[in-house]
Amino acid sequence: MMEAAVIPPFEHFYTDHRDEVFGVLVKRLGRQRAEDAFQETFLRALRAYGALRHGEHLRAWVLTIARNVAVDSFRREKPTVELEEPIDRDLPRRPAYAELEHLTGELPPTERAAVVLRYAYDLPYAAIGAALGSSEEAARQAASAGVRRIRKKEHA
Amino acid sequence: MTIPTDLDHRFREAAEREGLVDVAYDVAESPIGDLLVAATDRGLCRIAFRPDAALDELAADFGARVLKLPKRLDGVRRELDEYFAGHRHEFDLETDLSPVPAFHQQVLHELARVPFGQVTTYGALAARVGRPHAARAIGGAMNRNPIPIVLPCHRVIGSNGSLTGYAGGLDKKEALLRLEGVTL
Repeated sequence: MMEAAVIPPFEHFYTDHRDEVFGVLVKRLGRQRAEDAFQETFLRALRAYGALRHGEHLRAWVLTIARNVAVDSFRREKPTVELEEPIDRDLPRRPAYAELEHLTGELPPTERAAVVLRYAYDLPYAAIGAALGSSEEAARQAASAGVRRIRKKEHA
Repeated sequence: MTIPTDLDHRFREAAEREGLVDVAYDVAESPIGDLLVAATDRGLCRIAFRPDAALDELAADFGARVLKLPKRLDGVRRELDEYFAGHRHEFDLETDLSPVPAFHQQVLHELARVPFGQVTTYGALAARVGRPHAARAIGGAMNRNPIPIVLPCHRVIGSNGSLTGYAGGLDKKEALLRLEGVTL
């Protein structure tokens, strides 16, 4: 109960971040598509909100969700185009994240996001799944695949 | 970039449609100041005189998915308006007291039977729940009443006729009793 208490009411989380998220989405997708992406971003966040175990790094988390929603939106629009976007473009610079950067830099985007959200931001897999637009199990697999890939590279 | 108002509304409606909200709330104007009113799927769960502080409590009691959804509170707002206009003497609202300890729930159910325009005492209420010496515990239950006005703790006063106390402030207790025509 102690830990649960530090998760802010969703209304506060939403009003704190909605303008920034909308700005990011408009910049990436244009005004029209940003509106759908905005709704999808906060619905994904709301679906996972009950699974959060602490209230830290929520800004990084919602911006990651927004980024993934934007990528999905691009894919739907232009299925053959591969995006070369750095995952951290909109994330705040934090020491925990920076410490992992040299390890995760070369991972595929999904694995990289899963590893960073799990090990730098300490989010539960259900919340990571929501951020990635997949399931808790898929998030767990992406994180462990990412870790395996890092280990393999370290030992190579 | 400030989001458009209609986009904000669409998100809130979609959240409700998908059943993703633990607690819906709104802020209602009243003659005794702004009131936060909140409901779960089971019913009205909170009326608070200090809207800002109440959201954290709601999150702790019912789940963190607390969202402002004015439409869900239409019925509550309407009955409160009627009450403050003097047209309604009884509320016809489902309530959700699930986080309230069992004894306090029993006290609140008994409290709900104290009619409009009448007062009782902490001691009398204690006797009615079979704990005649528990006037102090009754005071505690009143103090933590999550749904004041609808569960009328303002109708409970000290045995010497003094107003004693009110979580929302004694001025509000007095205003509610005057509204109900109680001579103080």
